[in-house]
Amino acid sequence: MFRDAALVARKDLRIEWRSRVTTNQVAPFAVLVLILFAFALDPDRGVLQRATAGLFWVAILFSALLAVQRAFALEAADGNRDALRLSGLNPAGIFLGKAGAVALELGALEIVLGIGVVILYSTTLSGWLLLITTCVVATIGLAAAGSLYGVLAAGLRVRETLLPLLLLPVVAPVLLGATRAFEAALGQSTSDGWSWVELLTTFAVIYVAFGVLAFGSLLEEA
Amino acid sequence: MEPVAKDQIVRLRAAVSLLGRFPALAGIDLEVGRGEVVLVQGPNGAGKTTLLRTCAGLVPVVSGEATVLGCDLTQAADRTAVRRRVGLLGHATGLYEDLTVADNVRFWARACGATQAEADAALAVLGLDGRLANVVVAKLSAGQRRRTSIAALVARRSELWLLDEPHAGLDQAGRDAVDRLIGSAAAAGATVIVASHELDRAGAIAHRLVTIAGGTVVTPSPSPPDVVAPPPSGNRSDRRQKAAEADSEALRVP
Repeated sequence: MFRDAALVARKDLRIEWRSRVTTNQVAPFAVLVLILFAFALDPDRGVLQRATAGLFWVAILFSALLAVQRAFALEAADGNRDALRLSGLNPAGIFLGKAGAVALELGALEIVLGIGVVILYSTTLSGWLLLITTCVVATIGLAAAGSLYGVLAAGLRVRETLLPLLLLPVVAPVLLGATRAFEAALGQSTSDGWSWVELLTTFAVIYVAFGVLAFGSLLEEA
Repeated sequence: MEPVAKDQIVRLRAAVSLLGRFPALAGIDLEVGRGEVVLVQGPNGAGKTTLLRTCAGLVPVVSGEATVLGCDLTQAADRTAVRRRVGLLGHATGLYEDLTVADNVRFWARACGATQAEADAALAVLGLDGRLANVVVAKLSAGQRRRTSIAALVARRSELWLLDEPHAGLDQAGRDAVDRLIGSAAAAGATVIVASHELDRAGAIAHRLVTIAGGTVVTPSPSPPDVVAPPPSGNRSDRRQKAAEADSEALRVP
């Protein structure tokens, strides 16, 4: 399973490296979202600083939609899904590989957006351990849930419009938990950030486990 | 269900497969033995593609008997098991546009448990081991894409080859290469079912011609007059025979 996951993840990352979709389209889109928020809230820089956590994760959420759509559009093209079904690759391995590749892309994006909020919103980053842990578990949760709903929507003609409708409500807990944990790390809230990390971890574990178990059936039915 | 003979690779008896609610295979009977090359022909919509996809385990058999490589295709677990052992060349390429020819063939080869050396051998058999190996698929012509798909198929070293219009989009040299490959695959111990409209090539590649229409066999023929019986090497020129022998080494079924 892990051999298959590594094979699929390497393939997806190689495709992204060659096509530059993440670097030339997804990352600029995410930065643009940050800039547009800055335009909208510019008169009061204090608001931007206070809203940094939420704006950061909203930008990540929108970018995750693009990354997941892209990851499964690859498999929907020109018979690739049938080729995957015929390949003998372990479906759980395919799920872990695709989710892993999406997670790595999102991780890179989070670094870019982290720099973005420092520059655009004049935010001072602090609480590094909590920030990094939040990023890791939230990203795993987003990638796992995104991959599950991505394969579900992949076989449908209306997948581009359906995926956001399916995925956004499901990942609302990630937006909530990651935002609260970030606020705690940045000193904007007195709540315990680690309790939100526990929520994010639970979410990630559930969706990774569900994906490992259900991805094969979803790949068959999509 | 009767026991399936060891050398019987495909046995369909009154097999029914649905596309949606439409019976694309409507009680088809077909038996194919090990090392046999069968050419399936029929009008558009006759069920040729569904027959191949059914044999590959991609379309369920809802009634009748269907055994491929000893797997019972009415059972979901057996359909999954048979997929690893067949090679299907469909209408679609099954290639990633942003990967190179070599990357594609190596990925699908490794996904099927083959080694990189086997993938590289397959690239060489299809003449894709030179400059073309490093060209991204998006920049290839339709014929070159077809050759890349065939190379990915060759790398699998499948026991059963299912080829849907394998000559489509290929130039004369490519068509000859496909014919040679089919002969080599059979010589190496694989069984081949080819769906094609190109009856003029049947004599060069097939042992047997089967005509289907309306999802069932209408004229099974063990040795039709226009199909020269045996395969691969008997009626070839020396040059083609040598090439076929070289290919068959790369295609040998493990």
